[in-house]
Amino acid sequence: MEVSAEAKRIMVVALGKLYSSRTQRGGLRLHRSLLLTLVMKSARDIYHAAQTTTESMEEEREEQQPSEVKMTTEASGTQELQGPASLPHLAADADAQGDAQNQDDACLGGPPHHTRKRRGKATAEPDFLPCKKAKLDLVSLTNSSVKRN
Amino acid sequence: MLSPIQVLCSDITTLSLEPEPFASYTEADIISTVEFNHTGELLATGDKGGRVVIFQREPESKSEPFSQGEYNVYSTFQSHEPEFDYLKSLEIEEKINKIRWLPQQNAAHFLLSTNDKTIKLWKVSERDKRPEGYNLKDEEGRIKDVSTVTSLQVPVLKPMDLMVEVSPRRVFANAHTYHINSISVNSDYETYMSADDLRINLWHLDITDRSFNIVDIKPANMEDLTEVITAAEFHPLHCNLFVYSSSKGTLRLCDMREAALCDKHSKLFEEPEDPSARSFFSEIISSVSDVKFSHSGRYLLTRDYLTAKVWDLNMESKPLETYQVHDYLRSKLCSLYENDCIFDKFECAWNGSDSVIMTGAYNNFFRMFDRNTKRDVTLEASRESSKPRAVLKPRRVCAAGGKRRKDDISVDSLDFTKKILHTAWHPNENIIAIAATNNLYIFQDKLNSEMH
Repeated sequence: MEVSAEAKRIMVVALGKLYSSRTQRGGLRLHRSLLLTLVMKSARDIYHAAQTTTESMEEEREEQQPSEVKMTTEASGTQELQGPASLPHLAADADAQGDAQNQDDACLGGPPHHTRKRRGKATAEPDFLPCKKAKLDLVSLTNSSVKRN
Repeated sequence: MLSPIQVLCSDITTLSLEPEPFASYTEADIISTVEFNHTGELLATGDKGGRVVIFQREPESKSEPFSQGEYNVYSTFQSHEPEFDYLKSLEIEEKINKIRWLPQQNAAHFLLSTNDKTIKLWKVSERDKRPEGYNLKDEEGRIKDVSTVTSLQVPVLKPMDLMVEVSPRRVFANAHTYHINSISVNSDYETYMSADDLRINLWHLDITDRSFNIVDIKPANMEDLTEVITAAEFHPLHCNLFVYSSSKGTLRLCDMREAALCDKHSKLFEEPEDPSARSFFSEIISSVSDVKFSHSGRYLLTRDYLTAKVWDLNMESKPLETYQVHDYLRSKLCSLYENDCIFDKFECAWNGSDSVIMTGAYNNFFRMFDRNTKRDVTLEASRESSKPRAVLKPRRVCAAGGKRRKDDISVDSLDFTKKILHTAWHPNENIIAIAATNNLYIFQDKLNSEMH
């Protein structure tokens, strides 16, 4: 989604500018920081709005595989119910990664094992967010080391 | 009104002494403010290095009728120095944000200059005579041997080479937590105001140890902050009225007679947003970068990123006139955001009769709009096109895909590092001062000079 990609780019640039303004001579410029924050907020809102529409669109497409028009409308109805419920999760950036996975599971119709489906562009985790993976590995390492002792 | 503009003084490189066109300048040389005094005889510029340069107009000489009215350097001084706030571990820039002249009341001239935190009142006076013939001192100032003095004489004032002395008379400090963006002298000639991002303070010119807070828009919780003050100015005639602009594109007219703290406005000037023009950058481009009362006090001129608007004080719902300064940039907002140009703050100016407005743009272009004839012109301030006595050629920017004429500049070849943020118009005559990075250009209406 072009809008989503542009929104993400704008957010990344805003974060970069906000970060570099901290080291700028003359101190923090309140006006500039405020404008950057406003741009980032509106870009974030549009990004998440675009994310939910693409996800619900993808779910619709998944349901259209059996080419019955009736079934798709019913299915999209149920998928849409899931959509709003996940919005509170989307609001918290940190949960976006886990949430995208949930949506994937819903798309597949829930096979019992967790399939690591190759994610499309729209459902990929935002790459400007801190990665949680490293921490988990560290925790598992320390746990195992404790056990040995 | 918009007759051909003639170069009055070709580019005066105020601080760089390099004559070559591609000489590099230091950041300290960048001009940050330009202001004529009330008669137009003096022109002051401030720069990023904290220096102020004052130009004086040469009186017309009858022997050379065409060399009348040129501006030459009158005085240069260091107004502000870089400072360090130890409590906050912040450096305070010495850049001069604004200069405002006081109306002249005696032989000396006074001006206010401000950086981010401190305002200073400077006295500029001339000395063209000195006393000679002291009894106890000789010509070089050494004390004479008393035994050699045989007679007494009265010291006499003898003419000397003109010397311009500048001295700081007042320092108004420690009243602003945020960065000062405007100062404005009141028509009562006794008080003035200084505005930062969230507060406006009222000062008395003679009192430096206290000021009165007249506007405070700081929210209790800074996370609720939605707008800041971007510019403020006193009404030219009514000493109780002032206006301030916000980052949301609104103007508030306040009356100091209503309350001590003017948080509640008398009038709110706001144009409803056009929902079809909404984009990621709507908030940034609607932020007002400058506000100026007309000389009559009847109108307000505001500048935001893409337009200049004239407001009638009696109509709050929408501006009277809207002028597109460089609408061809509307489709380029994303790249202008990335290269930071979208945050540039352009100033605007009225001519003496309030019939023409002027503002700067990119590529060293500046624009003038005639409010009566609705004609507008784009001119360029550059060394190549500014030989003395040359007439400036109108320029045109063709939008992408539009019909292109010879000499047109395409939007993609505009130089966004060459921006004209600061311009000033002589209070009475058609003489304009344009600051282009580190250079100052002074142009005059051709008709004006032919009349003399």
